[in-house]
Amino acid sequence: MLLSSAPASARLFVSELSVLFRRWRTWTMLAALAAVPVLIGLAVRFSPKGPPSGRGPAFLDQITHNGLFAGVVGLVVCTPLFLPLTVGVVAGDTIAGEANLGTLRYLLAAPAGRVRLLVVKYLASAVFCVAAALAVVVGGTLTGAVLFPLGQATLLSGDTISPGEAFGRLLLMAGYVTVSLLGLSAIGLFASTMTNVPVGAMAATIVLAVVSQVLDALDQLDWLHPWLFSDHWLSVADLLREPIAWGSFGENTLLQLGYIALFGALAYGRFTTKDVLA
Amino acid sequence: MSPAAEGAGKPSLAASPETAVRTEGLTKRFGRHHAVDGLDLTVPRGAVFGFLGPNGSGKTTTIRMLLGLVSPTAGRVEVLGEEMPARLMGVLPRVGALVEGPAFYPFLSGEANLHRLDTADLRAPVRTRGERVKSALERVGLEHAAHKRVHAYSLGMKQRLGLAAALLAPRELLVLDEPTNGLDPQGTREVRSLIRSLAQDGTTVFVSSHLLAEVEQICTHAAMLRTGKLVAQGTLDELRGAALPRVEVRTPDESQAAEVLRGLGLSPERSAPGTVVASSAANDGAPAPEEVVAALVGAGVRVRGFAAAAASLEERFVELTGEGFDVAQ
Repeated sequence: MLLSSAPASARLFVSELSVLFRRWRTWTMLAALAAVPVLIGLAVRFSPKGPPSGRGPAFLDQITHNGLFAGVVGLVVCTPLFLPLTVGVVAGDTIAGEANLGTLRYLLAAPAGRVRLLVVKYLASAVFCVAAALAVVVGGTLTGAVLFPLGQATLLSGDTISPGEAFGRLLLMAGYVTVSLLGLSAIGLFASTMTNVPVGAMAATIVLAVVSQVLDALDQLDWLHPWLFSDHWLSVADLLREPIAWGSFGENTLLQLGYIALFGALAYGRFTTKDVLA
Repeated sequence: MSPAAEGAGKPSLAASPETAVRTEGLTKRFGRHHAVDGLDLTVPRGAVFGFLGPNGSGKTTTIRMLLGLVSPTAGRVEVLGEEMPARLMGVLPRVGALVEGPAFYPFLSGEANLHRLDTADLRAPVRTRGERVKSALERVGLEHAAHKRVHAYSLGMKQRLGLAAALLAPRELLVLDEPTNGLDPQGTREVRSLIRSLAQDGTTVFVSSHLLAEVEQICTHAAMLRTGKLVAQGTLDELRGAALPRVEVRTPDESQAAEVLRGLGLSPERSAPGTVVASSAANDGAPAPEEVVAALVGAGVRVRGFAAAAASLEERFVELTGEGFDVAQ
């Protein structure tokens, strides 16, 4: 039954994406994300003094040498709050948003199937994570290309790489950031099955993202740190070493998969037994 | 699985091809509140079944259980001969539903909304999707607004779009919860004639309403619900027939008329100046209307108007519950 319905499920997924990307809200958030590296680029370009080395966001002083670093700085700056915020909005809206509109009862009566709907919703929010990271990359690359030279890029290890290779690293960083957000998306999905008020699920998700980072900053809780979904968020810079330090990428992926499994299971348990009264 | 095979395994709720919906002891509790309490419904195939009750009497909760949205606290549900919610994915493609008002994505057009819902139906053939969406929109008279965003729809248009969604595929059963809500009198008439034409095609229609008079005109069967419990169920004639007959006499000779009516075993009362209303105290032995007229005229009462009112469902409901239909709960 599941196999024979694969094309139908794929079409529901496409429908889900079209609903997501036909909303003004989605494009507003992506535009806001893309605007971050633009603002950073403009500030660096038009400030009288160059950025002081070693202060401000990481890699800020690199932008003047290589415009691609606008995207790098953008990703680093957006990772703690701005990206989790937009992901929280989308993931928190998945089920609760449909419940709030009342469309959930019609989707289930169609019948979409509860498990199928949950999976499709999660996959769509994962696609948004990709789009969000790419929005920062696109905004940063365009800004960098317009305002700064696109020369050789100096890595953390001191090696220099070609502009083409640097762009590859930037995309890799976007991939890393996407993976980092997948666990949070699963948390948002679960929160979304708990309520008919999307704003509640969104807020809960975003608050958890902040709490995780606060706990991650407390040395007294270092035993807890490896279990926090935000623990590797800022290790994205490891991709700017030569050779690339893949360790954090692997650990981060494993950690995120764990969160997807845990909160996916919780969302499944909740959603498949829930009375749909909205 | 054939209906017979399923019926053999579950003798107490035998799957029957003649029954579109059957519930047995259906109960839903929310905390200590019994929203639906021991409901035994039987909806024959091909019926237009009026599911009647005041607001808050448990109609929508029952409908949600029929559609597998809410799981019963106790009791069983069978829809189109199949156990719900176990066989939900097989049953629901054959059921069109309008539940507790229409709901759509306001930022999508009416047409895009229907496409989305049809995509959610696992069994709906993609090849005919565009065609079916178009004809559903035409059927409810929304073809001119197909590309408008639902955001700009009036309440009545949304209600029509909700009906269109229920008609996206050929259905064996339509479950329509308050289908005339938000419609003007013209729209209400259109919905009634739509339901009639669907019933003529053999579709079973299960229609809930808190407006008795509206539903009375189209139903073949009805069930009445009050605070989660079934008060009556049957064909419309059975329900009406059980009600007490009533006559209304317009005359200037009120007291004389009242005396004659009392003599016939009726209990008269003056309902308005020049009008006497009388109902029989018992169902059996009530005089035929022509006998009443003859007796009145024979006694010299000047009869200016006479009506033998067929008892309405509303009166029946009041008789059964001792409460007004609108104020129950």
